[in-house]
Amino acid sequence: MASYSTNQFKMGLKIMLDGDPYTIVENDIVKPGKGQAFNRIKVRNLKSGRVIEKTYKSGESVEAADVVETNMEYSYSDGDSWTFMNPETFEQMSASKAAMGDTTKWLKGQETCMVTLWNGEPISVVAPNFAILTITETDPGVRGDTASGGTKPATMETGAVVKVPLFIEQGDVLKIDTRTGEYVSRAKED
Amino acid sequence: MRQIRDYFAAEDVLEVETPLLMPSGSQDPALTSFATSAPAEANHWPRGYLQTSPEFAMKRLLAAGSGDIFQLCHAFRVEQPGRYHLAEFVLLEWYRVGFDHHHLMDDVEALVLALLPSLHFERKTYAELFQGEYGFDPHTASTIRLSETAAATGAELGVASDDRVVLFDVLFAQLFLRDRPATDALFVYDFPVEQCAYARIAPGSPPVAQRFELIIGGVEIANGYFEVTDYEEQLERHRREGIRRQQLKLPEMESDPLFLAALDAGMPSCSGVALGVDRLVMLCTGQQSLNQCTSFDPFGAALEHC
Repeated sequence: MASYSTNQFKMGLKIMLDGDPYTIVENDIVKPGKGQAFNRIKVRNLKSGRVIEKTYKSGESVEAADVVETNMEYSYSDGDSWTFMNPETFEQMSASKAAMGDTTKWLKGQETCMVTLWNGEPISVVAPNFAILTITETDPGVRGDTASGGTKPATMETGAVVKVPLFIEQGDVLKIDTRTGEYVSRAKED
Repeated sequence: MRQIRDYFAAEDVLEVETPLLMPSGSQDPALTSFATSAPAEANHWPRGYLQTSPEFAMKRLLAAGSGDIFQLCHAFRVEQPGRYHLAEFVLLEWYRVGFDHHHLMDDVEALVLALLPSLHFERKTYAELFQGEYGFDPHTASTIRLSETAAATGAELGVASDDRVVLFDVLFAQLFLRDRPATDALFVYDFPVEQCAYARIAPGSPPVAQRFELIIGGVEIANGYFEVTDYEEQLERHRREGIRRQQLKLPEMESDPLFLAALDAGMPSCSGVALGVDRLVMLCTGQQSLNQCTSFDPFGAALEHC
């Protein structure tokens, strides 16, 4: 089985801990002047997103995780699983609800998502940074009010609820930042 | 540098220089020396080692009757480069004749305060620290206790998980080398005997190593000892280091015969401390890593690839 020694540790390296795949987000070397050297790492669980700290004696090795990040196009969902297609090989793959997490609320079809595969199975999916979505429900717009800074909730076609400025109307097409869930601007659907 | 020299001038401590290139390397199992190789045609040149610290050379001066001395020099250690580690770094090492480690801590505090006046200093024994943070006495704690506590902090030590030296190293490091306010300066003193290095051991119950470390803002800045000056005791320390080097499958390293001869001839009772100048500069300038405080990174590109 492939493994990494502590001197190969760096940000982004994928390792196995207690049966789960993790990515290294921080790697510091701790070496007391008169003592053993250690690598202190912060690692993020690729399934749950939880970040933990570990300290390895230098020279120890850790099992490598078979993790690949790949761009895939979202095709459809049956409510329990979400199907993605590799745009080069046309190979299809299904992601579970757990792997999808919150990402589902930004997808309507044909988006290119970053899919993380562990042992060939999708374990997490990240939506494109921006989604273009139509509002299906919101309170009527307040005409001319572009400056007051007030917001109201709007439900998008995918079910996501986004805070939008007061002048926005039902049926408007919006550009949303999926990383923060915030309204960016009005958009023209093409 | 100027402020450091001014401090010692006022204290009447003599500045000295000793060779960087020595015929023997460090015996400390935790340190790896850079070895030199002369061109093949110069075969009269034996292998040399770049010093990991000027300790032995300075102790020879002390034995020769130098009195209080300090040195600002470069030292070299083969290490994985990191935020707080450079292979070549600036060390300030000094010795005070007739001082014990408490007296020397006062000295270190006065010097560091001259450079960083906003620091808040505190002193704790190793035992007080462990009692407060982990809830047990480190000197009497069983190896299993140490091992379980280390595991609880997320330490993965592999086969070394029953090695008291490694366990103390990791438990100590977990407490300090974390992000702490940069104004917190803490002296930890009276170490477990397993961590004695070349510090005297005060007999007692429990016996403790008369060693201290200064930690500022979570970073180890200085390490000092009430020095072993007894020839037999020093031989015994070298013998133990030799055994440990064997256990760790490290190359054998010979003792410096001139250093031992100097001890045999008689070295005055003294305390000594080594302080990482680059790290102090890092704190003085509010930087987060040593690389931000040095203009040169000669091996940076070469090391990227390993």
